Amino acid sequence: MGHTAGTHDAHAVHEAPQSFIRKYIFSYDHKVIGIQYWFLALTAVFVGMALSLYMRLRLAWPSAHFPLLGSGPMTPETYLSLLTMHGTIMVFFVLTTAPQGGFGNYALPIQIGAADMAFPFLNMMSFWVTFVAFAVMVSAFFVTGGAPLGGWTAYPPLSALGAITGPGEGTGMTLWIISIALFCVGALLGALNFIATTIDLRTKGMSLMRMPLTVWAWFITAILGLLAFGVLLAGGILLLMDRLAGTSFFIPGGLVVSEQVMVSHSGGSPLLWQHLFWFFGHPEVYIAILPGMGAASQILSVFSRKPIFGYRAMVYAMLSIGILGFLVWGHHMFISGMSPYSAMAFSVMTLSIGVPSAIKTFNWIGTMWGGKIRFTAPMLYAIGFVSLFVSGGLSGIFLGQPSLDLYLHDTYFVVGHFHLVMGVAAIFGMFAGTTYWFPKMFGRMMHEGLGKLHFWITFPGVYAIFMPMHYLGIAGHMRRYADTTGVNYLAALQPVHVFITVAAIITISAQLLFVINIFWSMFKGPKATENPWEATTLEWTVPSPPPHDNFGGKMPVVYHGAYEYSVPGAAKDYVMQTSPEAVPHSGH
Amino acid sequence: MALMLALAITAITLISMYFFAYGPWWFPPFISEYGAAYDKQFMLTLIITGIIFFFAQLGLAYAVFRYRGQREGKVHYSHGNNALEVLWTSAAAVLFIGLVFWGQNIWVRAHLRPADPGSMRVEVWGQQFTWYIRYPGADGKFGRTKPELMKESIGQPLGIDPDDPAGKDDIVATVLAVPVNREVEVILHSKDVIHSFFVPELRLKQDAVPGLENRLHFTPSKIGRYEMPCAELCGLGHYQMRTFLDVKTDADFEQWLRDQAAP
Repeated sequence: MGHTAGTHDAHAVHEAPQSFIRKYIFSYDHKVIGIQYWFLALTAVFVGMALSLYMRLRLAWPSAHFPLLGSGPMTPETYLSLLTMHGTIMVFFVLTTAPQGGFGNYALPIQIGAADMAFPFLNMMSFWVTFVAFAVMVSAFFVTGGAPLGGWTAYPPLSALGAITGPGEGTGMTLWIISIALFCVGALLGALNFIATTIDLRTKGMSLMRMPLTVWAWFITAILGLLAFGVLLAGGILLLMDRLAGTSFFIPGGLVVSEQVMVSHSGGSPLLWQHLFWFFGHPEVYIAILPGMGAASQILSVFSRKPIFGYRAMVYAMLSIGILGFLVWGHHMFISGMSPYSAMAFSVMTLSIGVPSAIKTFNWIGTMWGGKIRFTAPMLYAIGFVSLFVSGGLSGIFLGQPSLDLYLHDTYFVVGHFHLVMGVAAIFGMFAGTTYWFPKMFGRMMHEGLGKLHFWITFPGVYAIFMPMHYLGIAGHMRRYADTTGVNYLAALQPVHVFITVAAIITISAQLLFVINIFWSMFKGPKATENPWEATTLEWTVPSPPPHDNFGGKMPVVYHGAYEYSVPGAAKDYVMQTSPEAVPHSGH
Repeated sequence: MALMLALAITAITLISMYFFAYGPWWFPPFISEYGAAYDKQFMLTLIITGIIFFFAQLGLAYAVFRYRGQREGKVHYSHGNNALEVLWTSAAAVLFIGLVFWGQNIWVRAHLRPADPGSMRVEVWGQQFTWYIRYPGADGKFGRTKPELMKESIGQPLGIDPDDPAGKDDIVATVLAVPVNREVEVILHSKDVIHSFFVPELRLKQDAVPGLENRLHFTPSKIGRYEMPCAELCGLGHYQMRTFLDVKTDADFEQWLRDQAAP
């Protein structure tokens, strides 16, 4: 399938549907599917955030009574269920769903000048499979024993032996695995589609090195997803078989739980799961953050009115992050009993990821350097993204060293680290993406003042929540502890928990501003023009919102890279990708 | 807006760094041979990352303020600078990779060097949600254990096989008592799910994985009682699964061991 032929094929695949169901529910249109993913993630993020609020309440005031949890203080098993479901929902249904499934689906085809994804039916399937996965996951709360309590990493044997190891490890855990397996299927379908679309459906003139960095980010993320989710799917099926079919992939012989010998199992390896899980799990970190990097790059350049600093270096940095991301999974297992020699190899690869990460950071600052920054809401979030990515990334320099992991592993230092770098940094990428593409998605502008207010509470708020967790970790506070009553030296740390909880209550409340802004703007926001941000990429050459086939049947021709701002001698301070105007460096 | 954001980033940076440097939350004093090197490597990493943190955040804050939209002058049209790219790429590579090599010595001593043949061997067993410690007794050998004999309810948590003569003098305790200044090799076992051995003062952590015999060795240098909490999520009682590392004088340790042996 050649470039132009491919474009027309995709266009011919489906006509604009008329019925409500085909238009908004079982839609083939990548824009509708993108918005569906985005709404799914928005729902999921509120579920996940509510869970974290309850966790924080219990950590600050362990013996207090909270609404909706029955009488008496929250039990430790409830706390662990919240923890498990918070992590799972956030990682899979928010961090993987919105940046890639949401924004990627919405913007990638338009940004490369395609009428739709390469496989629109597959696209619809991948959303609905993901939706079912979410429903199955949430249903785990309502079965006997409740949701699983083994953490989002689901380490066996705890996850493999059934209800005997704890409430929630029965039916709840089984549903968890089924949900994750379904999610993997959806993610694999989506990844295939993204890859095929990027390779085959670029419009005339859209060479690889003219693609916006967002497209590179989604493309690389899709490749990571294709390679990683298959492994998790396999691991999930093996774990399910250990639980339901009597196999012993992850269960060694001679286990004794509550004086009961697990006679039906022998010969399995708990570490095998960890290898399979983290072979997925580490690339997953980059699946969550790469699209945020793409969006931040885009937005920083647009609102600095300056070309991106070092476009090629940015592309190569993302590629090397992608490749290295597959060679470092062992750094999650330094303390597990894996070979200490391999730990040393994994640590060198891990610290190497600091190099492309540093390149990206410097280039973001370099992009702003010498620009004329417009402080719109998306720009504020993008700047916040850079700050959070730096803060969260640097604590990885500690954790990537096996020597330092001897103490820091499984402490709050880790919790602080990954929440900053793949949690809130990625979330800031989503805030940035939402505010940036909202005018295109819904045809109306978001409320700037409300957006800024939200930023000004959330940005210091997330630092106040996650920075102190590093101090807890240094003081030796283990993670996944329901409270500090069981260990003497933790008692002195309780005031820090109270501080974090107060910060969390304020920050979480402020998220309502964002939702109010979304729904208010969707109906009442001022109408958006075609190109409200004066940006150069193709989605800003079509109406807001775009027609069903994006370009009204007339495919665009691309003459430049995506970052021609403040070009000397140009008519305006930006040159659209579709403008035949000559610019220096037009080669990329 | 520009000034406010620049100040916010600066304030966040300085406050975070202040608490890393002067906050009351720090490692407890170390009591093992790894402690000094560990704390040094941590400080070195903290200083290097601290410098990068400071300059990256303040660079960001400066750019935000200096290049705000209202300023005079033109935007500098530039697609980048290869010399700068090479500079910061190689600087980051040298720093980060150098750091990891620099710190490997602790890992090598803890994990690649085996315990001295003369060290005291002791087994640490995890189960939901208790620790059991086994000493080999006078013969220096651990007796065979059998899962089907593991019954806490009749005082046999580790199921030591009565038919194995090596197990006759084994001592099972609930506290990890060790003599001061003598190397100890800990052999980690788990009866059910994964647990993790952690004594902050030792600067050591190691998972107890069912089916594996993970090992650790250390020489405690200070008499005292140190908490030993479980560090790997093992179920609902995880947060209360704790015992103590009890470092005693030789004489006290011998006496303690005799007391344990006499039921």
